Amino acid sequence: MNRRDLNFAERLYLSEVFKGLWLTSGHFFSNMKKHLARQLGFTRIEKGAVTFQYPEERRPFSPRYRSRHRLTQREDGSPRCVACMMCETACPARCIYIVAGEHPDPNIEKYPARFDIDLGVCVFCGFCVEACPEDAIRMDTGIVEIAAYSRKEMIYHIEDLLQ
Amino acid sequence: MPTVTINQKSLTVPEGTTIIQAAEQLNIEIPRYCYHPGLSIAGSCRMCLVEIEKMPKLQPACNTRVTDGMVVTTQSPKVKEAVSGVLEFLLINHPLDCPVCDQAGECYLQEYYMKFGLHDSRMNENKIKRHKAEVIGPHVILDTERCVLCSRCVRFVREVSRSHEIGIFNRGGQSEIRLLPDQVLDNNYSGNVVDICPVGALTDRDFRFQCRVWYLSKADSVCNGCSRGCNITVEANRQRAHHGEGRRVMRLKPRFNKEVNRWWICDIGRYGYKFIDDPSRLIQPLEKQGDELEPLDWSTAAERAVGRIREAKQRGGAGSIVIVASPQLTNEDLFVTRKFFGVDLGIDQIDFRIPDKNTLSDDDFLLRADRNPNTRGAEAILLDGGGFDLQRIIESASTQSFGLLYLCEQDLVKKLGSEPARRFLGQFDYVIYQGSNENETSGLANLVLPAATYAEVNGTFTNFEGRVQRIHAGIEPLGDSLPAWRVICKLAQTAGFDYGYESAAEVFVELAQTVTEFEGLSYEKIGSEGMKLPETQPVPA
Ligand code: SF4
Ligand code: SF4
Ligand code: SF4
Ligand code: SF4
Ligand code: FES
Repeated sequence: MNRRDLNFAERLYLSEVFKGLWLTSGHFFSNMKKHLARQLGFTRIEKGAVTFQYPEERRPFSPRYRSRHRLTQREDGSPRCVACMMCETACPARCIYIVAGEHPDPNIEKYPARFDIDLGVCVFCGFCVEACPEDAIRMDTGIVEIAAYSRKEMIYHIEDLLQ
Repeated sequence: MPTVTINQKSLTVPEGTTIIQAAEQLNIEIPRYCYHPGLSIAGSCRMCLVEIEKMPKLQPACNTRVTDGMVVTTQSPKVKEAVSGVLEFLLINHPLDCPVCDQAGECYLQEYYMKFGLHDSRMNENKIKRHKAEVIGPHVILDTERCVLCSRCVRFVREVSRSHEIGIFNRGGQSEIRLLPDQVLDNNYSGNVVDICPVGALTDRDFRFQCRVWYLSKADSVCNGCSRGCNITVEANRQRAHHGEGRRVMRLKPRFNKEVNRWWICDIGRYGYKFIDDPSRLIQPLEKQGDELEPLDWSTAAERAVGRIREAKQRGGAGSIVIVASPQLTNEDLFVTRKFFGVDLGIDQIDFRIPDKNTLSDDDFLLRADRNPNTRGAEAILLDGGGFDLQRIIESASTQSFGLLYLCEQDLVKKLGSEPARRFLGQFDYVIYQGSNENETSGLANLVLPAATYAEVNGTFTNFEGRVQRIHAGIEPLGDSLPAWRVICKLAQTAGFDYGYESAAEVFVELAQTVTEFEGLSYEKIGSEGMKLPETQPVPA
């Protein structure tokens, strides 16, 4: 890459500050013009830049948006997951922790005695969903507010994920 | 000797060689289910079909012997179609339980389907249901839906363990592996059927659902269960500590060695690994203070040990110190032990033989009464000049008193019984215990030094025939524990001797130069199959 040193005018910064102000106010006035025009009924004029008034106002998600995980359920409410550990294996962040248990029904055989996802570590890549052979894990809850006061609380357990 | 051509490659083999064996020598893969080199030939699965020139039909490679001038191909469209067809038949009623099947990842149905199948199912009918998750013995669980009826397990219990617990019952599509009436698959070799089952029909109860096989790292080692020294692979889960309740070693698998154990190991050896990650592991040096053992750091512990040894020697001479090594230690450990205590400190009361009140016996196959992996090595290294007899001191229960006992890896309370052990230990003013696990004996010591287990160290064991075999560390020593030879090096360095060994390999070089019986041996020569001590005479049968 060709790089150059700042020239004298740039090093004074003063002119650069005004250039910056010029740019910002340019955006401000052009957006205001567009908003005003649309308010006055000129709907063919394009929309101005928008700010969502979160949390009162929410941005619509696309259906494929990857939000917080959930574990899907069988008809009796137990997890569909069979603890095959495909997701645990595929997870690049290594934030899924599964411990398998012996299911009383030999036709199910294996179930997750423990299923934890450390959402503080998860990179929301969705590989776990892709890897699952049982459609047991999905990232379609639409929940994106995942916050906690400690790292430990960021670890979601099977009870949390089944909801 | 006939010459055979397989896929354009020629090879001359001894009379009686089968096509599958010849192909193996040429590194040509022929898929197989029923064929196993350690069992009789069944020729029943038809996975190994090959095309032979001038033969109208495909022939099974496992039970067709090569003849001179035979031309074989494993690649023709006819062969490919037939093999894929056999797979399709096997999968007709197969449950495809892979997500819950412990075999997944090392399953020959998966493997061969990816290599030779890749067809879509054409079956519209429902699959036949069979027995799932049936416990058939203390170590083995059976799923007859997953079985491909290769009969390897049945031939194993007939020909190798000769225990005859299982067989194939019913006919045609109803055929199933079942236990014989009133039988349980309970013999000391039952775990081997899990290894030879090419699919997930027979799986290991001990390993069941503990973790997935692709998490495991593997290290070549030798079983420490008895003096046979069966070759094994230590398979450990080193990355995902939430599996198997945090234990690292997940299972042991046999490793082929023509001269020692061939394909097999016994169940005592196979399931004898639990002590490695047991909560009883000693993970830091401990010192007795009052009635309790309190932790201390290595350098203080080494100073304490050396100080006590010096003190005992000054007071009562070298004759007041007794060293009890262990046939559980590697040759390298034993050599450094002898070098430090015997040569450098001039202590000649070194032994390793503790009489065991629990009488054990050989079985009629691999297992030996001597449940130590390195008795032969200990004899060669420790006893070559020795006239000291530990047994006399133990048995006489004399009122003689000694200064210090350095005891390695032997639970005297278990071997001698509580009373005799306490009496024996009571003869010493100070007892140092060096070992991997806490036990009643370590609880009676004044100073405890934590040592690594065989799965955590490099080194060699010498089996009862004098075969020296290498072991490789599959996992790190737990906590602050150290390989036994490093423990001794620490003591020696604290005592002012120059013990700068960097690795077990360096110790072995010196061992081979010093101990007559090991003369001329090296890690390179021992290789992966082991090598007999040069002077070992054949043991009379
Ligand atoms: S989204 Fe990606 S990082 Fe998060 S749990 Fe799934 S696989 Fe792991
Ligand atoms: S991949 Fe699916 S079935 Fe397998 S452990 Fe993960 S969630 Fe469960
Ligand atoms: S035996 Fe093999 S193919 Fe069958 S369920 Fe088990 S892993 Fe899958
Ligand atoms: S026969 Fe001995 S060395 Fe072999 S597996 Fe059994 S206990 Fe281990
Ligand atoms: S391997 Fe040859 S028939 Fe089974």
